[in-house]
Amino acid sequence: MPTVGHDRLRKEGPQKLTGTALYVDDIPVKGIWHGVTVRSSVAHAKIKGIRFLKGFPWRQAVVVTAKDIPGENCVHLIEDDQPLLADGITRHALEPVALIAHPDRATAYNALNFVEINYEPLPSVLDFEKSKKILKTFSIKKGDAKKAMKKAWKKVDTTFRVPHQEQAYIENNGMMAWFEPDGTLVLQGSLQCPYYIVKAMKPIFKLPEEKIRVIQAVTGGGFGGKEEYPNIISGHAALLAKKAKRPIKMIYDRHEDMSATTKRHPAVIKHKAGIDKKGRLVALDIDIVMDAGAYVTLSPVVLSRGILHASGPYECPNVNIHASIVQTNTPPNGAYRGFGAPQTLFAAELQWEKLADASKIDAVKLRERNLVKIGSELSTGQILKESVGLKKCVDTVLKRSRFTALRRDHDKWNKKKTSPTWRGVGFASVHHGSGFTGNGEVFLKSKASVTLTKSGRFVIETASSEIGQGSMSTLCQIVSDALGVPYEWVELEANDTSRVPDSGPTVASRTCMIVGGLLYRAAKQLKAAIEEKAKKIPTTPAVLKEVAKKLAGKKSVFRITTEYEKPADIEFDDTTYKGDAYGSYGYAAIAVDLEVDRTTYEIKLNKIWTAQDIGKAINPLIVEGQIIGGTTQALGWAVFEKPIYKNGVMQNAEFTNYIIPTALDTPPMDVVIIEEPYSRGPFGAKGVGEMPMDIPAPAVCAAIKQATGLFFPEIPVTPEMIAAGIARKG
Amino acid sequence: MQVKINNKNRSFNGTPFKRLIDVLREDFGLTGTKEGCSEGECGACTVLLDGKPVNSCLISICQVEGAAIETVESLGLPEKLHPLQESFLREGGAQCGICTPGMLMTAAAYLKAGGDPSPDAIREELAGNLCRCTGYQHIINSVAKALSENKK
Repeated sequence: MPTVGHDRLRKEGPQKLTGTALYVDDIPVKGIWHGVTVRSSVAHAKIKGIRFLKGFPWRQAVVVTAKDIPGENCVHLIEDDQPLLADGITRHALEPVALIAHPDRATAYNALNFVEINYEPLPSVLDFEKSKKILKTFSIKKGDAKKAMKKAWKKVDTTFRVPHQEQAYIENNGMMAWFEPDGTLVLQGSLQCPYYIVKAMKPIFKLPEEKIRVIQAVTGGGFGGKEEYPNIISGHAALLAKKAKRPIKMIYDRHEDMSATTKRHPAVIKHKAGIDKKGRLVALDIDIVMDAGAYVTLSPVVLSRGILHASGPYECPNVNIHASIVQTNTPPNGAYRGFGAPQTLFAAELQWEKLADASKIDAVKLRERNLVKIGSELSTGQILKESVGLKKCVDTVLKRSRFTALRRDHDKWNKKKTSPTWRGVGFASVHHGSGFTGNGEVFLKSKASVTLTKSGRFVIETASSEIGQGSMSTLCQIVSDALGVPYEWVELEANDTSRVPDSGPTVASRTCMIVGGLLYRAAKQLKAAIEEKAKKIPTTPAVLKEVAKKLAGKKSVFRITTEYEKPADIEFDDTTYKGDAYGSYGYAAIAVDLEVDRTTYEIKLNKIWTAQDIGKAINPLIVEGQIIGGTTQALGWAVFEKPIYKNGVMQNAEFTNYIIPTALDTPPMDVVIIEEPYSRGPFGAKGVGEMPMDIPAPAVCAAIKQATGLFFPEIPVTPEMIAAGIARKG
Repeated sequence: MQVKINNKNRSFNGTPFKRLIDVLREDFGLTGTKEGCSEGECGACTVLLDGKPVNSCLISICQVEGAAIETVESLGLPEKLHPLQESFLREGGAQCGICTPGMLMTAAAYLKAGGDPSPDAIREELAGNLCRCTGYQHIINSVAKALSENKK
């Protein structure tokens, strides 16, 4: 019986539901010590000295500073500009300067009170809009935007601002490290990308790859926050383990995790758009600036995805986009679900409200005249050849939400003096590229395997991390259907670099489509090999075991490994930003219904309707969970989550004052999955993980505009902002 | 100090102000209870104290002397799930799983009390347990299903 398209139960569900799943802090390790991090307290300064004060039993502890690093003092990623431990200079507050380990966790934390760092302050840049240190720029040019803008019937010019956002996984970052007697460095912890850590540890410890082993513990959420940051904790824990000659565990507390680790890049987007009399988009002129923080981390690729999504899912013959990312003396920003696209799509979508005001044509109607379809050309010149379900998404949401009627009803309600609230419904539609940007997948050369063991078990081998998104079940379903065997016959090898090939990082909505695609091919080849020996796929374990023995021969398993191959007709030029930026795109539409209290200005989210084209839902329940969960994170970004910075330090780094949505804040959601299959995706699947994050914020702002008449080109929109806006209106 | 944990009498001789969560995890090996924020905001550490959900990160062991504590380990086993766990599995109520033990304990008390199965009432009941993965809807469905099956 086929499993694809059906709600198969989560493979790892029973362990997670009974408290038997072992997260990093749950794994018992004898003789383990606890590591803590000494961090700088100023944004930019020379470090004149570190003093370890009297009053703490230092003899019981191990202390590590930059001079203990055996190899290079850098966190290897895109650029090698970030030191693992600040050496002589700190470029942002909360930068790691030294490490302390002690047998007792509370005592280790107490040690931090007995460390003093002397600084010689240097000038710092904390506001990215004032920073002149540009780390990376990209440009996209198509047609003649300047000329077209001049000739446009109506044009608008708006500056949009979006803030940091904390990933706020409920399990904080954590890692364990130890050295085996043969010198192998072992790391086990909460992470998304095991091979990133292998590559990052190499230069620090001057070890060959085969002497570095990374094991994923059950991971309590990632959302990008455990993409690159675990490289740092791994390096720290390993340095302590080396010096202490024993296993070390580092578990951040919530305050440290929120204030010191990566966040979504804030952005300012100056967006000019022009339409002709028919409401067709004729010109876009967009300038994007993002805040990298103190080091490069993943900023260039975040910026790249940002610029590639900046023109929205619309046809426009004349586009001019410039994007730059600048350095500030603040903790580095990094990966967060959406990866640059939510920032630029916020501007692209909300601008339709301004165009609607200027043209007196409804914002949804305007969009409908410009939606991409098969044959459309994107800003990079990419022609969409297949799998474009955007119109279906838009039509579905408009119909199910009774959008036009609801807007009319709300207008009537808002006119009544006796109504206790103002109501509004807002719309947005987006696209999201699946997989790595441009030639990213070509450079990654991901590998994945399907094996048949001698005992007759099918085992998937990938470094894809189950972080809650349901990759275990999804990949097993793809493989079981490709093989034509029951779902229960397929299992996953532990995510351990000594046992699985590098199938690339668990990021970029790529696991199902790219890794799933590799596994699909491997499973099909394995099926052919089995059929050669047995004429057909065995239907009983006993027969399978016989075939497995024949295939494996002298080895313990029969293994098929596939590697990513660039499709011949997909071309992207990284220097000119012309061509096929992504192999395929997901599409989505949303309507957000809300009301604003006329006395307190509190926003109550009432209902969400969304339709999302993801090619094929391998497991519809898991897909729906991704869509509802991603939407909720974006609703938080739109109305609650407001990181407040002072002197380059987040002031509200706790759940008490950094507010994420609760069950009561989150509205019921009507989710429709649209399936326009992508010919290269397994069973037609495209990515789903990030797109739900891209779309709600502009729809929320559009709904608030209908409710209050106030246009906020920035988020989060808080009751205080509405109060100030109302006061301004008089 | 005597305390009943998951229906077993246990004695604890450590420092009286040790947090309940630490006693459960470190002294009794009950690592199903998770720590998310250490300040009573996220609810991941929720356990039942004499049947009522509490944040075990905010309670000292000396405050629960003689009381009955229930943790996620008191529900079911992977091979024999409690009906509430079974409905979380079937309805997609757990994703990354870190909020799940706390969420289950709040829901277990609600189930036992025969709570109102309407989505709004369940949302109100679970408002003290943060989840960053699911957007709550599948959790609400899971609890509603368990409540309806309880009534059968």
